[in-house]
Amino acid sequence: MKDYLNVTGTIFDLKKYAIHDGPGIRSTVFFKGCPLACWWCHNPEARNPEPEPVDSERVRIRKYVMDPSREGTIGYEVEVGYILEEIEKDRVFYDQSGGGVTISGGEPLMQLDFLAALLEGCRDWGIRTAVDTSGYAPREAFELIIDNVDLFLYDIKLIDTAAHTEYTGMSNELILENCVWLVQQGSNLVPRIPLIPGVTDTKDNLSGIASFLSGLEGVDEVSLLPYNTIAEDKFERYQISNRLGRLERQSIEQLQEAGKLFEEIGCSVRYGG
Amino acid sequence: MNERIQKLREQSLSAEPSISIERARLLTEFYENGEWEKLSVPVSRALAFKYILENKEICINDGELIVGERGPAPKATPTYPEICTHTMKDLDILDSREKISFIVPDETRNTQQERIIPFWSGNSIRDMIFEAVDSAWNDAYEAGVFTEFQEQRAPGHTVLDDKIYHMGFLGFKDEIRESIGRFETDKDSAADRRLEELRAMEIAADAIIAYAKRHAEKLHKMAAKEKDVSRRTELEIMASICERVPAHAPETFWEALQYYWFIHLGVITELNTWDSFNPGRLDRHLYPFYEREIEASTLTEGSARELLQAFWVKFNNQPAPPKVGVTAKESNTYTDFCLINLGGVDERGRDAVSDLTYMIMDVIEEMRILQPGSMVQISRKNPDKYLHRALKIVRTGFGQPSLFNTEAIVQELLRQGKSIEDARNGGASGCVETGAFGKESYILTGYFNLTKVLEITLHNGLDPRTNKLIGIETGDPAGFGSFEDLFEAFSKQLEHFIEIKIKGNIIIERLWAEILPAPFMSILIDDCIENGMDYNAGGARYNTSYVQGVGLGTVTDALTAIKYHIYDKCTIEITDLIAALEADFDGYDELKEKLHDETPKYGNDDDYADETAFRVFEEFFKAVDGRPNTKGGHFRINMLPTTSHVYFGSVVGATPDGRGAREPLSEGISPVQGADRRGPTAVLKSAAKIDHLKTGGTLLNQKFTPQVLAEEEGIEKLGDLVRSYFTMDGHHIQFNVVTTETLCKAQKNPEKYKDLIVRVAGYSDYFVDLGEELQNEIIKRTEHS
Repeated sequence: MKDYLNVTGTIFDLKKYAIHDGPGIRSTVFFKGCPLACWWCHNPEARNPEPEPVDSERVRIRKYVMDPSREGTIGYEVEVGYILEEIEKDRVFYDQSGGGVTISGGEPLMQLDFLAALLEGCRDWGIRTAVDTSGYAPREAFELIIDNVDLFLYDIKLIDTAAHTEYTGMSNELILENCVWLVQQGSNLVPRIPLIPGVTDTKDNLSGIASFLSGLEGVDEVSLLPYNTIAEDKFERYQISNRLGRLERQSIEQLQEAGKLFEEIGCSVRYGG
Repeated sequence: MNERIQKLREQSLSAEPSISIERARLLTEFYENGEWEKLSVPVSRALAFKYILENKEICINDGELIVGERGPAPKATPTYPEICTHTMKDLDILDSREKISFIVPDETRNTQQERIIPFWSGNSIRDMIFEAVDSAWNDAYEAGVFTEFQEQRAPGHTVLDDKIYHMGFLGFKDEIRESIGRFETDKDSAADRRLEELRAMEIAADAIIAYAKRHAEKLHKMAAKEKDVSRRTELEIMASICERVPAHAPETFWEALQYYWFIHLGVITELNTWDSFNPGRLDRHLYPFYEREIEASTLTEGSARELLQAFWVKFNNQPAPPKVGVTAKESNTYTDFCLINLGGVDERGRDAVSDLTYMIMDVIEEMRILQPGSMVQISRKNPDKYLHRALKIVRTGFGQPSLFNTEAIVQELLRQGKSIEDARNGGASGCVETGAFGKESYILTGYFNLTKVLEITLHNGLDPRTNKLIGIETGDPAGFGSFEDLFEAFSKQLEHFIEIKIKGNIIIERLWAEILPAPFMSILIDDCIENGMDYNAGGARYNTSYVQGVGLGTVTDALTAIKYHIYDKCTIEITDLIAALEADFDGYDELKEKLHDETPKYGNDDDYADETAFRVFEEFFKAVDGRPNTKGGHFRINMLPTTSHVYFGSVVGATPDGRGAREPLSEGISPVQGADRRGPTAVLKSAAKIDHLKTGGTLLNQKFTPQVLAEEEGIEKLGDLVRSYFTMDGHHIQFNVVTTETLCKAQKNPEKYKDLIVRVAGYSDYFVDLGEELQNEIIKRTEHS
C-alpha cells in the first residue's frame, strides 16, 4: 500500500463541479488553516487549523455530508485515501474537460505533509492538480511540492508591503519572492488578484502589481476577482467583526479599466475565478 | 422576426383553446347513414376520414405562408367521440377547470348532447376497453398502480422519416396498387384482410390529395380578391404549391414544409394520436432542398427562415386534444409532444449537422413558443460549436432544446434488433422515447408506479388507500429477516402488477387493431403497405410496446432507508416505521427527520443508495423486457413521467424516505427533489448507474440559475458536463435555467429548493446556503439580465 494514503489532514469542504478554480471541471478540496487574516476573508471559518464545533442551526444544515457524525463541526480530519477516492469519482468529467483537482483553503501549504501526500497521490492516480495559494509559506515547502503541481493559482493582493501587513497580518516579501522563484522554475502560474474596493482595486496597487508581473517571463494570464458580498454574510453568520464595512461590487467599466493595466503588459485577463 | 411572423406568433399565443365540434359532427354524419355497415372496418374508417377532409372548413389565416388547420380556427380543438365520448359533465370540467381548460361553445355543447352522445355512448373504444379488462386490472388502475395511455388517445408516438420528400401520394398509391396486385395473385390466408386494408389506404391517399386541392381552390379565390399585389402573388404561389403537394414529391423548400404540414394534419385528424405526429430529423430532411435552392438563388436565407417560422406557428396552433380523468392527470398539458430532432448522424454514421441545423436553432430561440418541442441529438461526432449553440438557447431558460445522446439512442435501437441504418436514422420523440423513424410503431402504454408497489409490499398485498387486497400476500414485513427478504417480496409484487398491466395491454392492442385502424398513418410507416397491414395491427417494420417506470428516486430512497435503518444500522424497528407511515409521521417528527436527513440518498454518487436504484431498475426491466406483444414485437421499458409523478404521488401515503403522504414522487430518473446535495456531477454519476441502453429512453432534469451559464466558460463547462454524461451512456439531460420568480419562491420556501445552484461571483453554490442579502443581490442581478 502506498504510504501517502494514510496521511491525514483537516479539510472543511470538498466541492464537485467547481468551474471557477482552474481549467475544466474540477473538484476543489478546501484545507483548513491559514496564516493570514485578510480583512475581506471569504472563508473565515477556515483560518483555525483545527475542526471547530458550531451550534448555529444555519451552519448545521449547511452542507450535506455522507457521514452524519461529521455534522455539527466546521472541518474534519480525513485521510488522503478518502479524498482520492472521492475525487476519483469525477474522473470522467476531468478527462472530458481537461479538469482535475484544485487544492484550496485556507492555505494548503500550511498542512504541508498532507498536501504533499495528496499531490503525490494525484500524480500517481493520473489526476491533474492545481494549488490555490496565498504564497505565504517557506521556500522549502514549495520545493517539496513543485514537481507534482500542474498549476498554481497564486494570490497577489497588495504590492505595498506596509499595506499588505496591515490588511493581511503578514508582510508580502516572502509571497513575492516565492512567486518569482516558482516562475523561474518554469511553473505554470496564474496570479489572482482579489478586487477589494478602496483597498486592492486602487490604480496604484494594480499598476504596482502589473509592473511586478511584467518582470516575470512566463506569466501570461491574470485573474481579477470582482468583489462580492459573501464575506459580509459570513462575518454576520459567524459573528466576526467586519472591519471593511459594506462595500459595492465594481462596475463593468471599473473592471475593464483594471483589466487594461494587465493587458498592457501582455497578459490575458480573466474576470472571476 | 418580421412583422408577419410577429402577427402570426401573437395570434397563436393569444388564441384560447376551445373545443370544436366540427370533426365529431362530420364523423357522426358519416356513420349515421348506416352505409358503413356493409364495408370492412378499415375501408369505412378511410371513408370517414375522407368525408371529414372533404367537408371540414378550410381555415387560412391572414399573412400565412404555410396553410391548414386541424380545426376551423387556431386552437379550435376537435374531439374524437369514437375514441372517447365526452359526457356533458366532462365538457363542464374542461370548460371550467383551473388548468388546461378549453372553452366549450354552445354549439359544441348542444351538438354533443343531441347528436354525439346518443350515437357514440357505449360504442367508443374507451367504453369497450374498460368493459374488456378484468377486475384485477380495474382494481390496480383505480389504486393508481398504473395508467393506461390508450383509453382515450390513439396509439401514435410515431415519427416520419424522409420518404415524403422523395415521393408524392400518387407514388404511394402506385405502391399500394402494386401491393394489392401481389396479394390478389398470391393469396395467403389473410389476403382478404390485407386487401381491405390496402383499399382503405388508397382512399386515405385520395382524401389527403383532395384536402390539399381544397386549400388550392380557396387560395385562388383569395388571390382574386386580394388588393395587395405582393400578397396576391404569394397566395397564387401557395395555391400552386397546394396543387402539387402532397400529390407529387416536393421540389422546393416551401413545398417540402407545406407537404409535411398536410401530412401532419392528416394524422392528427384521422385519430388523436399520442405525441401528435413529428417530422423527425427536420434539418436533414430539408437540407437537400435548402442547399439546392440557395445554390440556384431561388431561396434566400431570410425567406427560408421566415418559412420555418411560419411552419413553427402551425404546431403551436394545435393543442393536445382535451384529456379527462386519469389521462388528464398523467399528462396535464396543452403540449402535444411533437419533438423535432436536430443533429446526430446520418445513415452512414457521419456528422449530420449542417448550416440549416444552426438556422433551425435560431428559429427555436427566436420563436420561443411551447410547440413544437425541439431536441438536439449530440453525437461524439458533432462539433462542440453545435452543442454550445444549443446550450446558449437552453440558457435563455425555456427548456428547449433538450439534449440527447445519439450513441445511446443507436445502441438502444440495436439492442432491440433494428438495423444499424434504421438506428442511425432514428432519434427520440415525445419526451425522450427512442424510435426508428418512419419504420416503427412504438407505443407507450402507461405509467407504472414503482413506489406504489413498495407501499403495497409493506402492507402484505393490501392497498391502504382503497383498502383492497390487490397484490399478492408476500408476508407481514415484521417477519422479514433481512433486506433481501423484503426486496424479494417487492420483486414479486412488481412482477404481479406487470403481469396484470401486460395482460390488459394485450386486450387493448387487439381492440385498436380491430376497431380503429389508422389507414392514413399506415401509408407513412414502412412496411405497412408492403405487408398490407395497419399501423395499429403490426404492419410496421418494428413494433414496440413500452411500460414507463415512474418514481425511481423515491422508491430507491425509500428502500435504501429501510435497508440502512432497519437492517444495517438497526436504528428503527419496522413496526415503528409502518406505524409512522400510516400516521403520515404525525407524532413521529424525530423518525421522519432521521429518514429524511440521516440516510444515504440516490443522486449523490453514493453506491450505498445507487445500488438500490440499479436493483429496482433491473427488476423492472426483467419483469417487462422481451415479453411478446400482439404485433410481432416486444414490450420494453423506459423511464419518464410527464406529470404522472404528481398523480402517482397523490395516491401513495407517506414513504420511508421521509416523504409525506400524497406529495409528488421524484420525476424521471432524477433524484428526489432536494435529496441531491453533492452537485451535478454526483447526480449524473448516480443516474448513469442504471443501464440506459436497456431502455427506450430515460429522463434526467437538472436545475441551474442563469448565472452558472452566464459566460462563455460556463457554456463550455456545461457542454463538458453533458459530454461526460453521454460518455457514461446517459440518454437524455435537460437543464432548467431558473428565473427571478423562482428565486423569490426559493427564498420563501428554501426547503423545496435545496438543489438550486447559483453562481455567486467567482464560484457557484447552493442558493439556500447563501445569506439573505446575497440572495437579494443575486435576485437583483437576474432582473437585470
